[in-house]
Amino acid sequence: MIDRQRRTPRRVCFASPWRALVAGLCAIGLLGSCSSDDTTLTVFAASSLTDALDDIIAEHVAAGGPPIRVSYAGSSTLAAQIIDGAPADVFISANPEQMDAVTTVIDGHGAPVTIAHNSLVIAVERDNPLGITGLADLERPDLLIAIAAPEVPAGDYARRALDAAGVVFTPTTFETDVRAVVTRVALGEVDAGIVYASDIAGRDTTDDDTAAVAAVPLGHPDAAGITAEYPALALDATNAAAVDFVAFLGGPIATAAMAARGFGPP
Amino acid sequence: MTSLRTRRRRTAPRTPIPIVVLAVIAVVFFALPLLALLQRVPWSDVGDLFTASAPREALLLSLLTSVIATTCALVLGLPLAWVLARTQLPGRHVIRAVCTLTMVLPPVVAGVALLAALGRRGLIGASLNDWFGIRLPFTTPAVVIAQVFVAMPFLVLTVESALHSTDRTVEDAARTLGASPWTVIRRVTLPAVRPAILSGLVLTWARALGEFGATVTFAGNFPGTTRTLPVATYLALESDVDQAVLMSVLLMVVSFVVLVSMRDRWTGAIGGRR
Repeated sequence: MIDRQRRTPRRVCFASPWRALVAGLCAIGLLGSCSSDDTTLTVFAASSLTDALDDIIAEHVAAGGPPIRVSYAGSSTLAAQIIDGAPADVFISANPEQMDAVTTVIDGHGAPVTIAHNSLVIAVERDNPLGITGLADLERPDLLIAIAAPEVPAGDYARRALDAAGVVFTPTTFETDVRAVVTRVALGEVDAGIVYASDIAGRDTTDDDTAAVAAVPLGHPDAAGITAEYPALALDATNAAAVDFVAFLGGPIATAAMAARGFGPP
Repeated sequence: MTSLRTRRRRTAPRTPIPIVVLAVIAVVFFALPLLALLQRVPWSDVGDLFTASAPREALLLSLLTSVIATTCALVLGLPLAWVLARTQLPGRHVIRAVCTLTMVLPPVVAGVALLAALGRRGLIGASLNDWFGIRLPFTTPAVVIAQVFVAMPFLVLTVESALHSTDRTVEDAARTLGASPWTVIRRVTLPAVRPAILSGLVLTWARALGEFGATVTFAGNFPGTTRTLPVATYLALESDVDQAVLMSVLLMVVSFVVLVSMRDRWTGAIGGRR
């Protein structure tokens, strides 16, 4: 090894770093050009929309719309990514606050359109073995309860609903997103959780025992009035495809698809 | 060994340029994002970080759990590494693969696996709950378990590869001189792989300290009992980016200080030995 190195002509020693450098730069260039072509619409959407939006996109594409790729994450994560320059064409937030955060920073955006509402429900195990009938029951000391952390929208709404109902308890865990709350209940790790109605839709009738959860209404008029609002926005008002898609999201086909997934009308 | 090293150093006084270029790229690759993070730190708010109780609580919990997890990894991982390296146990390749799988598993999946085993409805967890009333999820021990689960492979692999490369004739010599197997391990084998144990411990600790996915999935998130610094940082990112940046820098500084000081300590110890 040592000997071979010594015999290597110096010329090669100089040539190879350049070759390596060029190869490296080529690799970086390839990575950079890896984004998709111009016609594909990039949508950043709150993760609670996952199932509904997949349905809507299928309808939109069937109606002759452009191909769409979606990045699902928490609204605040998406807002931060957009503000940092992520290449999104459309943003759908699970709350107006994150939409405001984006519209105050980004120039030249379209008009935000409210496309749906989402009410809160109590997620319990299928058949509700513990007989939970409303928010007031969550004060029972024998219950393990998960709610979303107050930093994420679902947690903020849950806290507002609990305040409105005057219900006080210590949750077992503050989940980092609302789907994790549903999973906790489905796995039986907790007895109840406060989630969006859309998170439960279809899951009370599923054959899959590990995914089965049922919804219990909040059972308090003031708390029931607290719903999540979903605004959609074309980030560039001159991008016709993005503006069209936002209009489609506010239209009857999308509203029906949303309703089938447990969302309320806009 | 020493003579070989000095000779190699003499025959290659200059590091080949390709190596330098690529190494510099590697350093920039690591340093740039970290410096960019530092540049985002709202320095005027640094005081708040130490007066606010939430980050301090999370840091203390992180330090406590990661140290306990590292200790557990040592107690369990050292014997495992020895068995893998020194015995002719059939199927030990399979055992090694199983015991290091959590390194490549997405941490959230590791958390789900822990729930499936130790959760309230889990394989063993259900019995623990029914017979003893023990519920692991959402407790501080669950944080430690999650950390051990994903971090211990670093110790096992490091020590095992060191055991493979040590000179076994010394062990044989000790044995022929009448040392019991236990004495050979204690007085010959372990001292020989001491540096590997130490670096394995540091790797394990660092992985445990930064652990997020398995912790949040298995142990949940409750201030003071399961909200470690990485979990707190992730949550802060949702509401207060400045706070999140401060907390991640805090985590970085703590890790950096420990990594640097440990490095000096153990190389010093080896130097003193020889």
